[in-house]
Amino acid sequence: MKRSALQGWALSGPALIVTGVLFLAPMALVIVYSFWQRVGGSIDQTPTLANYQKILSDPTFANSLVNSLQVVTLTVIISVLVAYPFAYVIAYKVPPKWQGILLLLAVLPFWTSYVVRSYSWLLVLAKQGVVNNALTSSGLISDPISIANTRTGTIIAFVHFFTMVCALTIYASLRQIPDTYRKAARDLGASPFRTFVAVTLPLSLPGVVVGAFLTFVLAIGDFITPQIVGGGNELLLPQVIMLQINRRGDFPLAAALSVVLLLLVVIVYLISAKKLVLRRPT
Amino acid sequence: MRSRWIRGLIPALYLLLIYSFILLPVAVLMLFSFQASALPVPPFNGPSLRWYQELFADDRMISALWHSMIIGVISALIATIIGFLAAYALTRFRPRGSQILRGLIMSPLGVSYLVIGFGLSISANQLALGKSLWMVIVGHVVVNMPLAFAIIMSQIKEEDISYEKAARDLGASEFMVISRVVIPILSPGLLAAFLLSFTLSWDEFIISLFLTRFDVTLPVEIWSALRTGLNPQTNAAGTLVFVISVVVLVSAYAFTRRRKGASR
Repeated sequence: MKRSALQGWALSGPALIVTGVLFLAPMALVIVYSFWQRVGGSIDQTPTLANYQKILSDPTFANSLVNSLQVVTLTVIISVLVAYPFAYVIAYKVPPKWQGILLLLAVLPFWTSYVVRSYSWLLVLAKQGVVNNALTSSGLISDPISIANTRTGTIIAFVHFFTMVCALTIYASLRQIPDTYRKAARDLGASPFRTFVAVTLPLSLPGVVVGAFLTFVLAIGDFITPQIVGGGNELLLPQVIMLQINRRGDFPLAAALSVVLLLLVVIVYLISAKKLVLRRPT
Repeated sequence: MRSRWIRGLIPALYLLLIYSFILLPVAVLMLFSFQASALPVPPFNGPSLRWYQELFADDRMISALWHSMIIGVISALIATIIGFLAAYALTRFRPRGSQILRGLIMSPLGVSYLVIGFGLSISANQLALGKSLWMVIVGHVVVNMPLAFAIIMSQIKEEDISYEKAARDLGASEFMVISRVVIPILSPGLLAAFLLSFTLSWDEFIISLFLTRFDVTLPVEIWSALRTGLNPQTNAAGTLVFVISVVVLVSAYAFTRRRKGASR
Protein backbone atom coordinates (compact mmCIF):
# COMPACT_ATOMS: atom_id res chain seq x y z
CA MET A 1 0.00 0.00 0.00
CA LYS A 2 2.68 2.43 1.02
CA ARG A 3 4.92 1.39 -1.87
CA SER A 4 2.18 1.95 -4.42
CA ALA A 5 1.46 5.45 -3.08
CA LEU A 6 5.15 6.22 -3.44
CA GLN A 7 5.14 4.94 -7.01
CA GLY A 8 2.09 7.06 -7.73
CA TRP A 9 3.93 10.17 -6.60
CA ALA A 10 7.09 9.23 -8.49
CA LEU A 11 5.31 8.63 -11.79
CA SER A 12 3.22 11.78 -11.57
CA GLY A 13 6.32 13.73 -10.51
CA PRO A 14 7.26 15.07 -13.96
CA ALA A 15 3.69 16.28 -14.56
CA LEU A 16 3.61 17.96 -11.16
CA ILE A 17 6.96 19.62 -11.83
CA VAL A 18 5.73 20.91 -15.20
CA THR A 19 2.54 22.21 -13.63
CA GLY A 20 4.26 23.72 -10.60
CA VAL A 21 7.43 25.17 -12.08
CA LEU A 22 6.32 26.00 -15.61
CA PHE A 23 2.68 26.94 -15.03
CA LEU A 24 1.89 27.90 -11.42
CA ALA A 25 5.14 29.78 -10.81
CA PRO A 26 4.76 31.96 -13.94
CA MET A 27 1.12 32.60 -13.01
CA ALA A 28 2.23 33.60 -9.51
CA LEU A 29 4.78 35.94 -11.08
CA VAL A 30 2.02 37.53 -13.19
CA ILE A 31 0.05 38.17 -10.00
CA VAL A 32 3.13 39.58 -8.23
CA TYR A 33 3.90 41.80 -11.24
CA SER A 34 0.38 43.19 -11.14
CA PHE A 35 1.17 44.78 -7.76
CA TRP A 36 4.36 46.38 -9.04
CA GLN A 37 4.46 49.57 -11.01
CA ARG A 38 6.35 50.86 -13.98
CA VAL A 39 8.04 54.14 -13.18
CA GLY A 40 9.81 55.70 -16.13
CA GLY A 41 11.78 52.94 -17.82
CA SER A 42 12.09 50.63 -14.80
CA ILE A 43 9.86 48.67 -12.48
CA ASP A 44 9.23 49.75 -8.92
CA GLN A 45 8.75 46.63 -6.79
CA THR A 46 6.97 48.33 -3.89
CA PRO A 47 3.55 46.66 -3.62
CA THR A 48 0.81 48.96 -4.85
CA LEU A 49 -2.75 48.84 -6.17
CA ALA A 50 -1.98 51.58 -8.71
CA ASN A 51 -2.51 49.34 -11.76
CA TYR A 52 -5.90 48.19 -10.57
CA GLN A 53 -6.90 51.75 -9.75
CA LYS A 54 -5.87 52.75 -13.25
CA ILE A 55 -7.96 49.94 -14.75
CA LEU A 56 -10.98 51.12 -12.80
CA SER A 57 -10.55 54.82 -13.52
CA ASP A 58 -9.24 54.94 -17.11
CA PRO A 59 -12.18 54.43 -19.52
CA THR A 60 -9.89 52.71 -22.10
CA PHE A 61 -9.73 49.65 -19.86
CA ALA A 62 -13.34 49.67 -18.69
CA ASN A 63 -14.44 50.02 -22.33
CA SER A 64 -12.31 47.10 -23.48
CA LEU A 65 -13.74 44.99 -20.68
CA VAL A 66 -17.30 45.92 -21.67
CA ASN A 67 -16.54 45.31 -25.37
CA SER A 68 -15.06 41.90 -24.57
CA LEU A 69 -18.01 40.88 -22.42
CA GLN A 70 -20.52 42.01 -25.06
CA VAL A 71 -18.74 40.33 -27.96
CA VAL A 72 -18.15 37.11 -26.05
CA THR A 73 -21.69 36.94 -24.64
CA LEU A 74 -23.16 37.40 -28.12
CA THR A 75 -20.73 34.78 -29.43
CA VAL A 76 -21.79 32.28 -26.76
CA ILE A 77 -25.51 32.83 -27.40
CA ILE A 78 -25.30 32.66 -31.20
CA SER A 79 -22.92 29.69 -31.17
CA VAL A 80 -25.20 27.65 -28.91
CA LEU A 81 -28.29 28.57 -30.96
CA VAL A 82 -26.59 27.61 -34.24
CA ALA A 83 -24.90 24.51 -32.84
CA TYR A 84 -27.88 22.96 -31.04
CA PRO A 85 -30.02 22.11 -34.10
CA PHE A 86 -26.88 21.00 -35.92
CA ALA A 87 -25.90 18.59 -33.13
CA TYR A 88 -29.53 17.46 -32.85
CA VAL A 89 -29.79 16.61 -36.55
CA ILE A 90 -26.47 14.74 -36.51
CA ALA A 91 -27.33 12.82 -33.34
CA TYR A 92 -30.92 11.85 -34.20
CA LYS A 93 -31.59 12.26 -37.92
CA VAL A 94 -28.38 10.90 -39.42
CA PRO A 95 -27.61 7.14 -39.51
CA PRO A 96 -24.98 6.30 -36.84
CA LYS A 97 -22.36 5.17 -39.34
CA TRP A 98 -22.33 8.61 -40.99
CA GLN A 99 -22.21 10.58 -37.74
CA GLY A 100 -18.46 10.18 -37.19
CA ILE A 101 -17.58 11.28 -40.71
CA LEU A 102 -19.93 14.28 -40.58
CA LEU A 103 -18.46 15.43 -37.27
CA LEU A 104 -14.94 14.97 -38.60
CA LEU A 105 -15.83 17.10 -41.62
CA ALA A 106 -17.34 19.74 -39.37
CA VAL A 107 -14.22 20.07 -37.22
CA LEU A 108 -11.77 20.18 -40.16
CA PRO A 109 -11.41 23.98 -40.26
CA PHE A 110 -10.87 23.79 -36.50
CA TRP A 111 -7.38 22.49 -37.33
CA THR A 112 -6.15 25.49 -39.23
CA SER A 113 -4.12 27.72 -37.03
CA TYR A 114 -5.86 30.65 -35.32
CA VAL A 115 -3.87 32.98 -37.50
CA VAL A 116 -4.77 31.25 -40.76
CA ARG A 117 -8.45 30.90 -39.83
CA SER A 118 -8.75 34.58 -38.97
CA TYR A 119 -6.91 35.55 -42.14
CA SER A 120 -9.36 33.42 -44.15
CA TRP A 121 -12.26 35.36 -42.64
CA LEU A 122 -10.54 38.59 -43.55
CA LEU A 123 -10.38 37.32 -47.15
CA VAL A 124 -14.07 36.47 -47.10
CA LEU A 125 -15.28 39.65 -45.41
CA ALA A 126 -12.91 42.26 -46.89
CA LYS A 127 -14.25 45.16 -48.97
CA GLN A 128 -13.14 43.41 -52.21
CA GLY A 129 -13.76 39.97 -50.65
CA VAL A 130 -16.00 37.10 -51.67
CA VAL A 131 -19.10 38.12 -49.71
CA ASN A 132 -19.08 41.72 -50.94
CA ASN A 133 -18.32 40.53 -54.45
CA ALA A 134 -21.30 38.18 -54.44
CA LEU A 135 -23.61 40.82 -52.95
CA THR A 136 -22.65 43.60 -55.35
CA SER A 137 -22.57 41.48 -58.50
CA SER A 138 -25.99 40.03 -57.69
CA GLY A 139 -27.28 43.57 -57.29
CA LEU A 140 -28.35 43.14 -53.66
CA ILE A 141 -26.22 46.08 -52.57
CA SER A 142 -24.60 48.83 -54.61
CA ASP A 143 -21.59 49.62 -52.42
CA PRO A 144 -19.42 47.10 -50.59
CA ILE A 145 -20.21 46.96 -46.86
CA SER A 146 -17.52 46.92 -44.20
CA ILE A 147 -17.70 43.76 -42.16
CA ALA A 148 -13.98 43.25 -41.75
CA ASN A 149 -12.52 45.58 -39.14
CA THR A 150 -15.77 45.72 -37.19
CA ARG A 151 -17.25 43.99 -34.18
CA THR A 152 -19.55 42.03 -36.52
CA GLY A 153 -16.50 40.56 -38.25
CA THR A 154 -15.06 39.39 -34.94
CA ILE A 155 -18.38 37.83 -33.92
CA ILE A 156 -18.78 36.01 -37.27
CA ALA A 157 -15.28 34.55 -37.03
CA PHE A 158 -15.82 33.61 -33.37
CA VAL A 159 -19.19 31.98 -34.08
CA HIS A 160 -17.60 30.00 -36.90
CA PHE A 161 -15.09 28.46 -34.52
CA PHE A 162 -17.25 28.06 -31.43
CA THR A 163 -20.25 26.60 -33.22
CA MET A 164 -18.02 23.56 -33.69
CA VAL A 165 -16.96 23.46 -30.05
CA CYS A 166 -20.58 23.68 -28.87
CA ALA A 167 -21.78 21.19 -31.49
CA LEU A 168 -19.32 18.61 -30.16
CA THR A 169 -20.26 19.01 -26.50
CA ILE A 170 -24.02 19.13 -27.25
CA TYR A 171 -23.74 16.10 -29.55
CA ALA A 172 -21.96 14.15 -26.81
CA SER A 173 -24.71 15.09 -24.36
CA LEU A 174 -27.52 14.14 -26.77
CA ARG A 175 -25.94 10.75 -27.48
CA GLN A 176 -25.88 9.97 -23.78
CA ILE A 177 -29.65 10.23 -23.44
CA PRO A 178 -31.02 6.68 -23.67
CA ASP A 179 -33.42 6.24 -26.62
CA THR A 180 -35.90 4.65 -24.24
CA TYR A 181 -36.49 7.99 -22.47
CA ARG A 182 -37.74 9.64 -25.63
CA LYS A 183 -39.69 6.55 -26.63
CA ALA A 184 -41.37 6.45 -23.22
CA ALA A 185 -42.41 10.09 -23.57
CA ARG A 186 -43.87 9.40 -27.00
CA ASP A 187 -45.69 6.26 -25.80
CA LEU A 188 -47.25 8.27 -22.99
CA GLY A 189 -48.73 10.55 -25.66
CA ALA A 190 -46.32 13.51 -25.69
CA SER A 191 -46.04 15.38 -28.98
CA PRO A 192 -42.56 15.57 -30.58
CA PHE A 193 -42.33 19.17 -29.39
CA ARG A 194 -43.34 18.29 -25.84
CA THR A 195 -40.87 15.37 -25.85
CA PHE A 196 -38.13 17.75 -26.84
CA VAL A 197 -38.97 20.42 -24.27
CA ALA A 198 -39.66 18.06 -21.38
CA VAL A 199 -37.10 15.30 -21.97
CA THR A 200 -34.39 15.93 -24.56
CA LEU A 201 -33.61 19.59 -23.87
CA PRO A 202 -33.24 19.37 -20.07
CA LEU A 203 -31.11 16.23 -20.34
CA SER A 204 -28.82 17.82 -22.93
CA LEU A 205 -28.26 21.00 -20.89
CA PRO A 206 -24.94 19.78 -19.42
CA GLY A 207 -23.54 19.70 -22.98
CA VAL A 208 -24.86 23.21 -23.57
CA VAL A 209 -23.29 24.50 -20.35
CA VAL A 210 -19.91 22.86 -21.08
CA GLY A 211 -19.93 24.22 -24.65
CA ALA A 212 -20.92 27.69 -23.51
CA PHE A 213 -18.24 27.63 -20.80
CA LEU A 214 -15.50 26.54 -23.21
CA THR A 215 -16.63 29.19 -25.69
CA PHE A 216 -16.52 31.88 -23.04
CA VAL A 217 -13.09 30.89 -21.74
CA LEU A 218 -11.45 30.50 -25.14
CA ALA A 219 -13.09 33.56 -26.74
CA ILE A 220 -12.48 36.02 -23.92
CA GLY A 221 -8.76 35.22 -23.92
CA ASP A 222 -8.28 35.27 -27.69
CA PHE A 223 -6.14 38.00 -29.16
CA ILE A 224 -5.80 36.85 -32.77
CA THR A 225 -9.38 36.91 -34.06
CA PRO A 226 -10.27 40.39 -32.79
CA GLN A 227 -6.89 41.70 -33.91
CA ILE A 228 -6.98 40.29 -37.45
CA VAL A 229 -10.70 40.33 -38.28
CA GLY A 230 -11.96 43.01 -35.90
CA GLY A 231 -9.07 45.41 -36.39
CA GLY A 232 -8.01 48.20 -34.11
CA ASN A 233 -11.11 50.40 -34.08
CA GLU A 234 -12.69 48.85 -31.06
CA LEU A 235 -10.30 47.04 -28.75
CA LEU A 236 -11.09 43.94 -26.73
CA LEU A 237 -9.34 43.07 -23.47
CA PRO A 238 -6.63 40.79 -24.96
CA GLN A 239 -5.79 43.47 -27.53
CA VAL A 240 -5.37 46.03 -24.77
CA ILE A 241 -3.12 43.60 -22.86
CA MET A 242 -0.94 43.09 -25.95
CA LEU A 243 -0.82 46.85 -26.47
CA GLN A 244 0.58 47.33 -22.95
CA ILE A 245 3.21 44.66 -23.57
CA ASN A 246 4.33 45.48 -27.10
CA ARG A 247 3.84 49.22 -27.50
CA ARG A 248 4.01 50.61 -23.99
CA GLY A 249 6.29 48.00 -22.43
CA ASP A 250 4.15 48.34 -19.28
CA PHE A 251 4.39 44.76 -17.99
CA PRO A 252 2.89 45.43 -14.52
CA LEU A 253 -0.25 46.96 -16.05
CA ALA A 254 -0.48 44.09 -18.56
CA ALA A 255 -0.15 41.70 -15.61
CA ALA A 256 -3.00 43.42 -13.75
CA LEU A 257 -5.19 43.20 -16.86
CA SER A 258 -4.27 39.50 -17.16
CA VAL A 259 -5.37 38.97 -13.57
CA VAL A 260 -8.71 40.60 -14.44
CA LEU A 261 -9.00 38.18 -17.36
CA LEU A 262 -8.22 35.21 -15.09
CA LEU A 263 -10.78 36.38 -12.52
CA LEU A 264 -13.48 36.60 -15.21
CA VAL A 265 -12.79 32.97 -16.16
CA VAL A 266 -12.87 31.86 -12.52
CA ILE A 267 -16.20 33.64 -11.94
CA VAL A 268 -17.78 32.09 -15.02
CA TYR A 269 -16.38 28.69 -14.02
CA LEU A 270 -17.97 28.94 -10.57
CA ILE A 271 -21.32 29.94 -12.08
CA SER A 272 -21.37 27.17 -14.69
CA ALA A 273 -20.04 24.52 -12.29
CA LYS A 274 -22.99 25.27 -10.00
CA LYS A 275 -25.43 25.02 -12.91
CA LEU A 276 -23.89 21.73 -13.98
CA VAL A 277 -24.34 20.13 -10.58
CA LEU A 278 -27.92 21.38 -10.29
CA ARG A 279 -29.01 20.16 -13.69
CA ARG A 280 -27.19 16.85 -13.87
CA PRO A 281 -29.74 14.02 -14.12
CA THR A 282 -29.41 11.36 -11.44
CA MET B 1 -46.32 11.50 -47.24
CA ARG B 2 -45.62 14.99 -48.44
CA SER B 3 -45.18 16.45 -44.93
CA ARG B 4 -42.77 13.65 -44.10
CA TRP B 5 -40.68 14.54 -47.12
CA ILE B 6 -40.58 18.17 -45.99
CA ARG B 7 -39.68 17.11 -42.47
CA GLY B 8 -36.66 15.32 -43.88
CA LEU B 9 -35.76 18.26 -46.10
CA ILE B 10 -35.45 20.92 -43.42
CA PRO B 11 -32.70 19.14 -41.42
CA ALA B 12 -30.85 18.39 -44.66
CA LEU B 13 -30.98 22.05 -45.69
CA TYR B 14 -29.80 23.11 -42.25
CA LEU B 15 -26.83 20.75 -42.48
CA LEU B 16 -26.01 22.13 -45.93
CA LEU B 17 -26.18 25.70 -44.64
CA ILE B 18 -23.94 24.95 -41.65
CA TYR B 19 -21.40 23.06 -43.72
CA SER B 20 -21.19 25.91 -46.24
CA PHE B 21 -20.58 28.31 -43.36
CA ILE B 22 -17.99 26.00 -41.79
CA LEU B 23 -16.08 25.29 -44.98
CA LEU B 24 -16.41 28.70 -46.69
CA PRO B 25 -13.28 30.39 -45.29
CA VAL B 26 -11.02 27.39 -45.89
CA ALA B 27 -12.39 26.97 -49.40
CA VAL B 28 -11.75 30.64 -50.17
CA LEU B 29 -8.28 30.41 -48.63
CA MET B 30 -7.36 27.39 -50.76
CA LEU B 31 -8.93 28.66 -53.99
CA PHE B 32 -7.10 31.97 -53.92
CA SER B 33 -3.78 30.33 -53.10
CA PHE B 34 -3.92 29.34 -56.81
CA GLN B 35 -4.60 32.94 -57.87
CA ALA B 36 -2.45 34.11 -60.80
CA SER B 37 -2.58 37.85 -60.00
CA ALA B 38 -1.33 39.70 -56.96
CA LEU B 39 -4.52 39.94 -54.84
CA PRO B 40 -6.36 36.97 -53.29
CA VAL B 41 -9.83 38.42 -53.99
CA PRO B 42 -12.35 37.90 -56.81
CA PRO B 43 -12.20 37.61 -59.76
CA PHE B 44 -10.29 34.33 -59.66
CA ASN B 45 -7.89 34.16 -62.60
CA GLY B 46 -5.88 31.02 -61.91
CA PRO B 47 -5.09 28.28 -61.45
CA SER B 48 -1.43 29.08 -61.06
CA LEU B 49 1.31 27.64 -58.86
CA ARG B 50 3.13 30.96 -58.84
CA TRP B 51 2.58 31.66 -55.12
CA TYR B 52 3.61 28.16 -54.09
CA GLN B 53 6.87 28.64 -56.00
CA GLU B 54 7.42 31.94 -54.22
CA LEU B 55 6.57 30.29 -50.90
CA PHE B 56 9.11 27.52 -51.35
CA ALA B 57 11.72 30.04 -52.49
CA ASP B 58 11.10 32.05 -49.30
CA ASP B 59 13.89 30.97 -46.94
CA ARG B 60 12.31 32.53 -43.85
CA MET B 61 9.03 30.69 -44.42
CA ILE B 62 10.74 27.37 -45.04
CA SER B 63 12.98 27.58 -41.99
CA ALA B 64 9.93 28.61 -39.93
CA LEU B 65 8.15 25.53 -41.28
CA TRP B 66 10.99 23.27 -40.11
CA HIS B 67 11.06 24.96 -36.70
CA SER B 68 7.34 24.30 -36.32
CA MET B 69 7.75 20.66 -37.33
CA ILE B 70 10.60 20.01 -34.91
CA ILE B 71 8.97 21.89 -32.04
CA GLY B 72 5.72 20.01 -32.72
CA VAL B 73 7.35 16.58 -32.59
CA ILE B 74 9.54 17.24 -29.53
CA SER B 75 6.88 19.03 -27.47
CA ALA B 76 4.19 16.48 -28.34
CA LEU B 77 6.52 13.62 -27.39
CA ILE B 78 7.36 15.17 -24.02
CA ALA B 79 3.72 16.13 -23.34
CA THR B 80 2.50 12.62 -24.15
CA ILE B 81 5.12 10.83 -22.04
CA ILE B 82 4.69 13.06 -18.99
CA GLY B 83 0.90 13.09 -19.37
CA PHE B 84 0.83 9.30 -19.69
CA LEU B 85 2.96 8.70 -16.57
CA ALA B 86 0.73 10.98 -14.51
CA ALA B 87 -2.51 9.53 -15.90
CA TYR B 88 -1.31 6.00 -15.18
CA ALA B 89 -0.07 6.90 -11.70
CA LEU B 90 -3.22 8.71 -10.67
CA THR B 91 -5.64 6.03 -11.90
CA ARG B 92 -3.70 2.95 -10.76
CA PHE B 93 -1.98 3.97 -7.55
CA ARG B 94 -4.43 6.65 -6.45
CA PRO B 95 -2.11 8.48 -4.07
CA ARG B 96 -3.85 10.53 -1.41
CA GLY B 97 -5.32 13.69 -2.90
CA SER B 98 -5.31 12.34 -6.47
CA GLN B 99 -8.55 14.21 -7.16
CA ILE B 100 -6.83 17.49 -6.32
CA LEU B 101 -3.73 16.53 -8.31
CA ARG B 102 -5.91 15.79 -11.32
CA GLY B 103 -7.49 19.25 -11.11
CA LEU B 104 -4.08 20.82 -10.65
CA ILE B 105 -2.60 19.09 -13.70
CA MET B 106 -5.58 20.12 -15.85
CA SER B 107 -5.68 23.72 -14.57
CA PRO B 108 -3.64 25.24 -17.46
CA LEU B 109 -6.57 24.37 -19.76
CA GLY B 110 -8.63 27.15 -18.18
CA VAL B 111 -6.06 29.88 -18.73
CA SER B 112 -5.74 31.96 -21.88
CA TYR B 113 -2.65 31.14 -23.97
CA LEU B 114 -2.01 34.88 -23.95
CA VAL B 115 -1.58 34.90 -20.18
CA ILE B 116 0.48 31.67 -20.19
CA GLY B 117 2.79 33.08 -22.86
CA PHE B 118 3.11 36.37 -20.99
CA GLY B 119 3.81 34.57 -17.70
CA LEU B 120 6.51 32.39 -19.26
CA SER B 121 8.06 35.36 -20.99
CA ILE B 122 8.38 37.49 -17.82
CA SER B 123 9.62 34.41 -15.90
CA ALA B 124 12.31 33.81 -18.52
CA ASN B 125 13.16 37.49 -18.23
CA GLN B 126 13.44 37.26 -14.45
CA LEU B 127 15.79 34.27 -14.76
CA ALA B 128 17.78 36.02 -17.52
CA LEU B 129 16.90 33.27 -20.01
CA GLY B 130 16.79 34.49 -23.58
CA LYS B 131 13.94 33.96 -26.00
CA SER B 132 14.45 30.86 -28.13
CA LEU B 133 12.77 27.96 -29.85
CA TRP B 134 13.59 25.87 -26.74
CA MET B 135 11.34 28.14 -24.73
CA VAL B 136 8.56 27.53 -27.26
CA ILE B 137 8.92 23.78 -26.64
CA VAL B 138 8.54 24.46 -22.92
CA GLY B 139 5.45 26.59 -23.55
CA HIS B 140 3.84 23.97 -25.75
CA VAL B 141 4.51 21.22 -23.21
CA VAL B 142 2.77 23.36 -20.58
CA VAL B 143 -0.42 23.73 -22.65
CA ASN B 144 -0.49 20.27 -24.29
CA MET B 145 0.48 18.05 -21.36
CA PRO B 146 -2.87 18.55 -19.54
CA LEU B 147 -4.69 17.62 -22.73
CA ALA B 148 -2.58 14.50 -23.31
CA PHE B 149 -3.13 13.63 -19.64
CA ALA B 150 -6.92 13.97 -20.00
CA ILE B 151 -7.08 11.95 -23.23
CA ILE B 152 -4.94 9.10 -21.90
CA MET B 153 -6.74 9.06 -18.57
CA SER B 154 -10.07 8.62 -20.38
CA GLN B 155 -8.61 5.56 -22.14
CA ILE B 156 -7.37 3.76 -19.01
CA LYS B 157 -9.91 1.12 -18.14
CA GLU B 158 -10.54 -0.47 -14.77
CA GLU B 159 -10.77 -3.97 -16.26
CA ASP B 160 -7.31 -3.85 -17.87
CA ILE B 161 -5.81 -3.93 -14.38
CA SER B 162 -6.07 -7.74 -14.42
CA TYR B 163 -3.46 -7.94 -17.20
CA GLU B 164 -1.11 -5.83 -15.12
CA LYS B 165 -1.74 -7.99 -12.06
CA ALA B 166 -1.06 -11.12 -14.08
CA ALA B 167 2.22 -9.66 -15.34
CA ARG B 168 3.25 -8.73 -11.77
CA ASP B 169 2.32 -12.18 -10.47
CA LEU B 170 4.54 -13.67 -13.16
CA GLY B 171 7.42 -11.63 -11.77
CA ALA B 172 7.52 -8.62 -14.12
CA SER B 173 9.17 -5.49 -12.74
CA GLU B 174 7.21 -2.23 -12.67
CA PHE B 175 9.14 -1.03 -15.72
CA MET B 176 8.27 -4.22 -17.62
CA VAL B 177 4.60 -3.96 -16.65
CA ILE B 178 4.49 -0.44 -18.08
CA SER B 179 6.49 -1.12 -21.24
CA ARG B 180 5.11 -4.56 -22.12
CA VAL B 181 1.51 -4.38 -20.87
CA VAL B 182 0.27 -0.86 -20.20
CA ILE B 183 1.75 0.94 -23.21
CA PRO B 184 0.61 -1.64 -25.82
CA ILE B 185 -2.93 -1.61 -24.42
CA LEU B 186 -3.05 2.19 -24.43
CA SER B 187 -1.30 2.71 -27.77
CA PRO B 188 -4.32 4.16 -29.64
CA GLY B 189 -4.89 6.70 -26.85
CA LEU B 190 -1.17 7.53 -26.69
CA LEU B 191 -1.06 8.05 -30.45
CA ALA B 192 -4.18 10.22 -30.36
CA ALA B 193 -2.66 12.31 -27.55
CA PHE B 194 0.62 12.66 -29.45
CA LEU B 195 -1.01 13.67 -32.74
CA LEU B 196 -3.42 16.10 -31.10
CA SER B 197 -0.53 17.69 -29.18
CA PHE B 198 1.46 17.89 -32.40
CA THR B 199 -1.30 19.67 -34.34
CA LEU B 200 -1.99 22.07 -31.49
CA SER B 201 1.71 22.92 -31.27
CA TRP B 202 1.95 23.17 -35.07
CA ASP B 203 -0.93 25.66 -35.09
CA GLU B 204 -0.08 27.59 -31.93
CA PHE B 205 0.70 31.26 -32.34
CA ILE B 206 0.67 33.51 -29.32
CA ILE B 207 2.98 31.57 -26.99
CA SER B 208 5.46 31.29 -29.86
CA LEU B 209 5.18 35.02 -30.46
CA PHE B 210 6.05 35.75 -26.82
CA LEU B 211 8.97 33.33 -26.64
CA THR B 212 10.78 33.82 -29.96
CA ARG B 213 12.78 36.64 -31.42
CA PHE B 214 14.72 35.92 -34.63
CA ASP B 215 14.07 32.23 -35.27
CA VAL B 216 10.29 31.91 -35.34
CA THR B 217 7.60 29.29 -35.99
CA LEU B 218 5.38 29.15 -39.07
CA PRO B 219 2.27 30.80 -37.57
CA VAL B 220 4.45 33.67 -36.31
CA GLU B 221 6.02 34.07 -39.74
CA ILE B 222 2.56 34.09 -41.33
CA TRP B 223 1.52 36.70 -38.79
CA SER B 224 4.38 38.99 -39.83
CA ALA B 225 3.47 38.41 -43.48
CA LEU B 226 -0.05 39.68 -42.68
CA ARG B 227 1.30 43.17 -42.02
CA THR B 228 1.76 43.61 -45.75
CA GLY B 229 -1.97 43.00 -46.27
CA LEU B 230 -3.78 40.38 -48.31
CA ASN B 231 -1.31 38.32 -50.32
CA PRO B 232 -1.76 35.01 -52.19
CA GLN B 233 1.54 33.75 -50.78
CA THR B 234 -0.04 33.90 -47.32
CA ASN B 235 -2.91 31.84 -48.76
CA ALA B 236 -0.40 29.29 -50.01
CA ALA B 237 1.31 29.11 -46.62
CA GLY B 238 -2.06 28.84 -44.85
CA THR B 239 -3.16 26.08 -47.20
CA LEU B 240 0.05 24.19 -46.46
CA VAL B 241 -0.49 24.51 -42.68
CA PHE B 242 -4.05 23.30 -43.10
CA VAL B 243 -3.25 20.35 -45.37
CA ILE B 244 -0.50 19.08 -43.06
CA SER B 245 -2.80 19.30 -40.01
CA VAL B 246 -5.57 17.48 -41.84
CA VAL B 247 -3.27 14.71 -43.07
CA VAL B 248 -1.99 14.14 -39.52
CA LEU B 249 -5.50 14.07 -38.04
CA VAL B 250 -7.15 11.97 -40.70
CA SER B 251 -4.37 9.39 -40.40
CA ALA B 252 -4.89 9.40 -36.62
CA TYR B 253 -8.61 8.84 -37.15
CA ALA B 254 -7.99 6.05 -39.67
CA PHE B 255 -5.44 4.47 -37.35
CA THR B 256 -7.74 4.38 -34.31
CA ARG B 257 -10.57 3.07 -36.53
CA ARG B 258 -8.40 0.22 -37.80
CA ARG B 259 -7.30 -0.62 -34.28
CA LYS B 260 -10.90 -0.78 -33.18
CA GLY B 261 -11.76 -3.00 -36.13
CA ALA B 262 -8.78 -5.27 -35.52
CA SER B 263 -9.59 -5.83 -31.87
CA ARG B 264 -13.08 -7.04 -32.65
